[in-house]
Amino acid sequence: MIPPFSGLEFGIVLAMFAIVTVLGFAATRWRRGATLASVEEWGLGGRRFGTWVTWFLLGGDLYTAYTFVAVPALLFGSGAIGFYAVPYTIVAWPLVMFAAARMWSVCHEHGYATAADFVRGRHGSALLALLIAITGIVATLPYIALQLTGIKAIIEAMGIGGDWPLWIAFVVLAAYTFTSGLRAPALIAFVKDILIYVVVLIAIIYIPYKLGGYDVIFHKANTALVPKKATTLLAGSQYLGYSTLALGSALALFLYPHSLTGVLAAKSRNTVKKNMALLPAYSLMLGFIALLGYMALAAKVKPVGGTKKAPDTTTIVPQLFNTEFPHWFAGLAFGAIAIGALVPAAIMAIAAANTFARDIYRPYLRPSASDREEGLVSQIASVVLKLGAVAVIVALKVSFAIELQLIGGVIIIEILPAVVLGLYTRWFHQWALVAGWVVGMGLSVYMLYVTPSKTAAHFGSASFAFSTWGFHTKVTIWTGVVGLVANLIVASALTPLLGRLPRGQDQTSPADYEEAEAPAMALDPPAHPGTV
Amino acid sequence: MTDNGRPRRRRPVVLLLVLPLIAVLVPEFYNFGHPAIGGMPFFYWWQLAWIAGVAVCTGIVYRATRSPR
Repeated sequence: MIPPFSGLEFGIVLAMFAIVTVLGFAATRWRRGATLASVEEWGLGGRRFGTWVTWFLLGGDLYTAYTFVAVPALLFGSGAIGFYAVPYTIVAWPLVMFAAARMWSVCHEHGYATAADFVRGRHGSALLALLIAITGIVATLPYIALQLTGIKAIIEAMGIGGDWPLWIAFVVLAAYTFTSGLRAPALIAFVKDILIYVVVLIAIIYIPYKLGGYDVIFHKANTALVPKKATTLLAGSQYLGYSTLALGSALALFLYPHSLTGVLAAKSRNTVKKNMALLPAYSLMLGFIALLGYMALAAKVKPVGGTKKAPDTTTIVPQLFNTEFPHWFAGLAFGAIAIGALVPAAIMAIAAANTFARDIYRPYLRPSASDREEGLVSQIASVVLKLGAVAVIVALKVSFAIELQLIGGVIIIEILPAVVLGLYTRWFHQWALVAGWVVGMGLSVYMLYVTPSKTAAHFGSASFAFSTWGFHTKVTIWTGVVGLVANLIVASALTPLLGRLPRGQDQTSPADYEEAEAPAMALDPPAHPGTV
Repeated sequence: MTDNGRPRRRRPVVLLLVLPLIAVLVPEFYNFGHPAIGGMPFFYWWQLAWIAGVAVCTGIVYRATRSPR
């Protein structure tokens, strides 16, 4: 079934897209330095973003179209387990607060632009840095594709057939990201977030009012979930899966290249830390958006697209707006979701492109490359990555977009020992970290491989059922946690054994991790002694 | 890093960061339908309320540990 096409909806979405495009190109002139042609300027916005810009940038970066589309789809299809997104984005902030601040300081001090840059400087191992770089790029690709599924859902709900709008949207996005770099998504994020806040606020008041209150919504949702063998509460066997999913996703969040890009673009250590207290505001929005999944169940919304056996449930939120709101408001909501996908897609492509230019192109392909050339390679790589993501999403039909991101999370968490523990200690031997990565990644990928879904035999889900290994239980666990534990065991066991092998040179000193501002200022006496 | 020649110590206030982790990572504490607020089961409003909780905790820790300007 294809929903009827509305000219008004399409016109509003098109107009919003046009405004954002103008902003994207205009961003070239925003707070620019002497030249844009370097990873520092193009890819990190010159490391000059203050509290508010960082808040919008990180918010737009981390709470993506996946928020709007895939989380409610998970509640719609699987009940309470889908609400894991809320504890996930609650625990992320206290967990990463100090690590992110240390990361900002050491990268600012040494001019590192990526996690692989840091690992090369800290552990003195080119191989380990290469593994970190490849892991980051591979994990980011499905995340960019995930953003596309958000736009795709909108296109389907607007009653437009074919993938051509997707191509046009991404070609335009690639063009202004190429010229403006990180400044483009930073500027667009303002528009995107304000729009989304307005849309969500209206939706969570108006829809429950129309459907008869949250009481009715939860009751009807529960009834509708029964045939799917789910409820609005967790089953006992889901506890471990729920907790590990939330904790693991939170740990993985700041290992992604795009998160680090957002952190490193901040102008000071305080800016980073202050944002860990301000970013939960987005989680509140996420929580209510998640509940749209139950509202869709209560309103008996039918997904469009996909196949009969596996309908494309990512379309339920757009469909909910279609059925409950007038066309002009649905158009506004669709535009907000589409822009909400463009912002993170741009930042992710920039971050992965920086990683390619800094950590693969320069060290391995052209050691003599200038900063300018490195910047240009990054710009070109960002275009290739975006178009590659469109090709992937057009070729593969994905019914549960969220599983793509979960697989990315399972992969990226394997760099935690080298990066996050590396921020605190040099105890680990670099070869032990390499071995840990190999074992952890191997185990995780194997576990993903043997996990089927309703529609696929392999790579079906990031929730691993212990019954696969012959245990008589329904308990599942987030695959990434198992891989991470294996990684840590191997790295810890091998480090004492490798004690006699030479260690890589550490370029950093303990003070580098505490730097608050530019080095010259850190030498000044503190203005208010005793406040630290 | 040292301030006024003293080694920097982690303050106990940092322990506030553990509170939200315990509150939302153990479903045994909150996987119930009652008491509901405005029709919203306990499971949902408890976790939503902790969004405000985590903002308060990280906010206090930020103020206590920020670097001097």
